[in-house]
Amino acid sequence: MRKPPPSWLLSVPPLLYLLALFALPGLLMLLVAFRLPGDYGGLMPLWSDEDGALTVNLTLENFTRLVEDDIYLKLLASSLLYALLTTALCLVLGYPLAWMIARSRRRWRDLLLLLVILPFWSNFLIRIYAWMIILSPVGALSRGLNALLEMLGLGPVQLMFSPTAVIICLVYVHLPFMVLPLYANLEKHDPALLEAARDLGASAWQRFWRITAPLSLPGVLAGSALVFIPSFSMFAIPDLVGGTGGIMIGNVIKQQFLEARDWPFGSALSITVTLVVLALAALAAAAARRGVRHA
Amino acid sequence: MPRLLIALGVALYAFLYAPLVVVVAYSFNDSRVNAEWVGFTLKWYEQLLTDASMLTAAANSLFIALASSALATLLGTLAALALAQRRRQPLLKFLTLAPVAVPDILLGVSLLMLFVLLNLSLGMLSITLAHTVFSIGFVMVAVQARLAGLDPALLEAARDLGATPWQAFRRVTLPLILPGVVAGALMAFTLSIDDFVVTFFTAGVDSPTLPLQIYAMLKTSVTPKVNAISTLLMLLTLSLILLAHRLSPGALRAR
Repeated sequence: MRKPPPSWLLSVPPLLYLLALFALPGLLMLLVAFRLPGDYGGLMPLWSDEDGALTVNLTLENFTRLVEDDIYLKLLASSLLYALLTTALCLVLGYPLAWMIARSRRRWRDLLLLLVILPFWSNFLIRIYAWMIILSPVGALSRGLNALLEMLGLGPVQLMFSPTAVIICLVYVHLPFMVLPLYANLEKHDPALLEAARDLGASAWQRFWRITAPLSLPGVLAGSALVFIPSFSMFAIPDLVGGTGGIMIGNVIKQQFLEARDWPFGSALSITVTLVVLALAALAAAAARRGVRHA
Repeated sequence: MPRLLIALGVALYAFLYAPLVVVVAYSFNDSRVNAEWVGFTLKWYEQLLTDASMLTAAANSLFIALASSALATLLGTLAALALAQRRRQPLLKFLTLAPVAVPDILLGVSLLMLFVLLNLSLGMLSITLAHTVFSIGFVMVAVQARLAGLDPALLEAARDLGATPWQAFRRVTLPLILPGVVAGALMAFTLSIDDFVVTFFTAGVDSPTLPLQIYAMLKTSVTPKVNAISTLLMLLTLSLILLAHRLSPGALRAR
């Protein structure tokens, strides 16, 4: 009897594809961050030979530039703030939703969960566009809000092209990312624990904070990571609804690659974004380990 | 369950769906401005059908989605089969799943640099190759879900009865995992036809896709034509996703 093909034979095509089109571009970005930009976009040659003196064109300039000009640090800080606020809002909205789904009758659960998943399989731009309509100055929401503010003697506000619009869209687009891991966690909780606590005289509030909340910490952290990572590096939302006051670090990365054509600086910014994400992920993982020990 | 929580739940579902309903509703509105309901019309859909650039973009998107989902389905299924044979393949697991977690923009700009340095002209091919990168993981997870439920005794029986490994795969494994493979293909198709960010960086100038076209209109001239194309696109992708969900419940959660 012939043997089935060894597993390495099956894994070679996907491995090669992803090494070439995922690992290689990632490494490339890491290298490019230490190179110099070419005169017309692209890169300056790695070696240059001037009058017999060989110079290697590698530099830390892209990273020092990032630190020296405080505009980039400010943008990193504000993007961090946007992403953290988005994560917090998604948690506040997503937790009750996930809890409700996990506690509903079994035959409803799949439908309720599917209804959370569906919107985020619809086009990302369309979901932002929906909010462009809702927040527009001629829309019912803006007019109603401003009529109310006028009655209270306050000035009109503009919802569209503002940091508020950016936050609303970030929360809207990423909310399902928070609900799914939270649901997966909450669904597994043993109801006997809560019953025992109730029998021992714990109030609803105590039962939540002493049992449900600590047990759901891994779900909270997973959901937070899934919301934070794409929010932090977002460029399309600030680009479409942020106006001049609501730009994020993603917009600068886009601009470096497509307009300024400064790949090395764009790569340095991208690496920095990745490092911030990894640092926060490490913090969250450490927090999770401590949380599990204490729970 | 407390009433307050149910009310909150209803409000949250309204928050998820009301914006999409607004987009669809205004696609039938007889006014250039998405602000007040004027009257019912289908003229935005008619305009769509005569808009040559929109039709080109739709054709490009369909072609790219078909090609990249075919490639991703092949590679993702192979990855799932490889992992079913031998679980300990950390590199394969990392490379298939990491592109799903990495921010789109980083995937986009790094592929842009790679393609330019390789002198691969940016267009349909580069977009197709790029979309495949993030789709493989979705297909793999969908196929794994089916493989996990596969009874190994079936394969053994086929082999005992004299089937070659290929015959056993073709006649036993493949039919059983097929729903997962199809669900994965549908998801890969949807991810590709909807993708904006990675496409934005790897598209060059000559091959607009539907999302790129929608983006251009959102930046310059928003008319309810955007609502019309959005409605059609949502109709297509949501049907595909519901179909994928029927074929392989649970596969959708990977996103």
